[in-house]
Amino acid sequence: MLPWYQDPVNFIAAWLRTVLSGWGLAPGAVDFILTFLGAGITALLGMLWVIFLIWYERKLIGRIQDRFGPNRVGPWGIFQPFADMLKIFVKEYITPAGADRVPYNLAPILSVASVLLIWAVIPFTMTIMGVNLNVGLLLIIASGGLSVLAVLLAGWGSNNKFAMLGGFRAVAQLISYEVPMVVSLLIPVILSGSLGVNDIVKAQNIPFLVTAPVAALIFFISSVAESGRSPFDLVEAESELVAGFNTEYSGLKFGMFYVAEFLHAFTISLLFSTLFLGGWRGPFAEQYPLLGFLYLGIKTFVVYFVVILFRGSLPRFRIDQMMDLNWKLLTPMALVSLIITALVAQPLVSLPWVQAAALFAANAAILIIFMGWAGRKVSRKRPIVGRPRPLAVPHPDDHMPVEP
Amino acid sequence: MLSDWLYVGVFFLIAMFLPGAAIFVAGLLAPKKPNPIKNSTYECGIETVGSAWVQFKAQYYVYTLVFLVFDVETVLLFPWALAYNRLTMFAILEGLLFVVILLGGLLYAWRKGALEWV
Repeated sequence: MLPWYQDPVNFIAAWLRTVLSGWGLAPGAVDFILTFLGAGITALLGMLWVIFLIWYERKLIGRIQDRFGPNRVGPWGIFQPFADMLKIFVKEYITPAGADRVPYNLAPILSVASVLLIWAVIPFTMTIMGVNLNVGLLLIIASGGLSVLAVLLAGWGSNNKFAMLGGFRAVAQLISYEVPMVVSLLIPVILSGSLGVNDIVKAQNIPFLVTAPVAALIFFISSVAESGRSPFDLVEAESELVAGFNTEYSGLKFGMFYVAEFLHAFTISLLFSTLFLGGWRGPFAEQYPLLGFLYLGIKTFVVYFVVILFRGSLPRFRIDQMMDLNWKLLTPMALVSLIITALVAQPLVSLPWVQAAALFAANAAILIIFMGWAGRKVSRKRPIVGRPRPLAVPHPDDHMPVEP
Repeated sequence: MLSDWLYVGVFFLIAMFLPGAAIFVAGLLAPKKPNPIKNSTYECGIETVGSAWVQFKAQYYVYTLVFLVFDVETVLLFPWALAYNRLTMFAILEGLLFVVILLGGLLYAWRKGALEWV
């Protein structure tokens, strides 16, 4: 047990436990109250954190697109999300006549819950975490499956053709990208020998970004795809499907899908920095666990910045390109890197630095080979289908209007 | 151990409750003036024809089938990865043989054209 100035949260928890026991409650009831309080505070903070995320992301996207972003309400527009929240709370929500009520109303709730559930197992510092579940990684993967279900329920329940098309695409896209993601998550498990998220952090004397860069890259790309944001926003492609799966949603039900999207983007950055960048680890993080919060925050915001850059700078994929990227590049790459990692790591397990260097070299080789191969595939000329069409070149005899 | 899962269960219930409560509160605050035009299904300003609950393209089914193969594979691989540090080289190679067979399956599906979006 650390003194209070090193670990205030657990100190308060222990104090609360003695107080509650002092009131004569049964140990089971005390446990339940503490569990309830811990879970409630974590989930509530996660939900409230979205208010800041919305401001941050809009500001950053604005800057990327050479705009100011929100800048009217409060200093730097920081109260803009509060104004938006007030507005969306008093907006009418319309339930379309033909909707299937239960899935229609369950979908926005489930989409937020599936993202928030990940926060239950993330270690924020060495000692402050929801729960150090011994199969935490499996819970994270399972909650990814739940978010697919939420999109599908929304698409099905709306009884709208655009929404249904969005739901179809969601099944194809989100399900496909789960394959390389899960395979790439096997590699941290191999290197750390545990499925518990905090144990994976503790095993990263050398961050897994160095020992498994290929897995990190695959995890990053496929989790961005899983969050359904641009460049992978085919489930709600505005120019094709009106608004995709959330066409029929309005008011706060629509707002909940947006909360889920922003929170998902932040949560994948949190996951990436936990699983591959060493999470709360840093100088003195063991002695003063609160410092871990700072380290995790810095790492997460670096990754989150890249996620937003992704959104701000890349055009949307076509659906066949997206499926090709997944099945013909990421999945084989994940499987090959799994094979290579398993072969290289075992004989060198007693020499951690040599093992890290060997793994890094092997991963670099995989990356170069696959990228070279994919680059050749992409740059190859496609056969022209159909007759070549005449180009619109102005004839010299044509009269061209001259500007005064 | 059991209290860990209690935490996850409570957390999930709270995570469901928070957005649900927000939507409920918004429902109390927001005006309610439904009319048949407003409640009709959206479709570019014209009335929608037929049900939206149609049968889907077989292409999605093929992808889902390939997904199922790989997802079941990873379920079997997680215990192997977890025990990696305690395994002998022979056991690791056995696990890898399994991966290689699946990689072969992926290449087969690729050659058969199951991974082409049509």
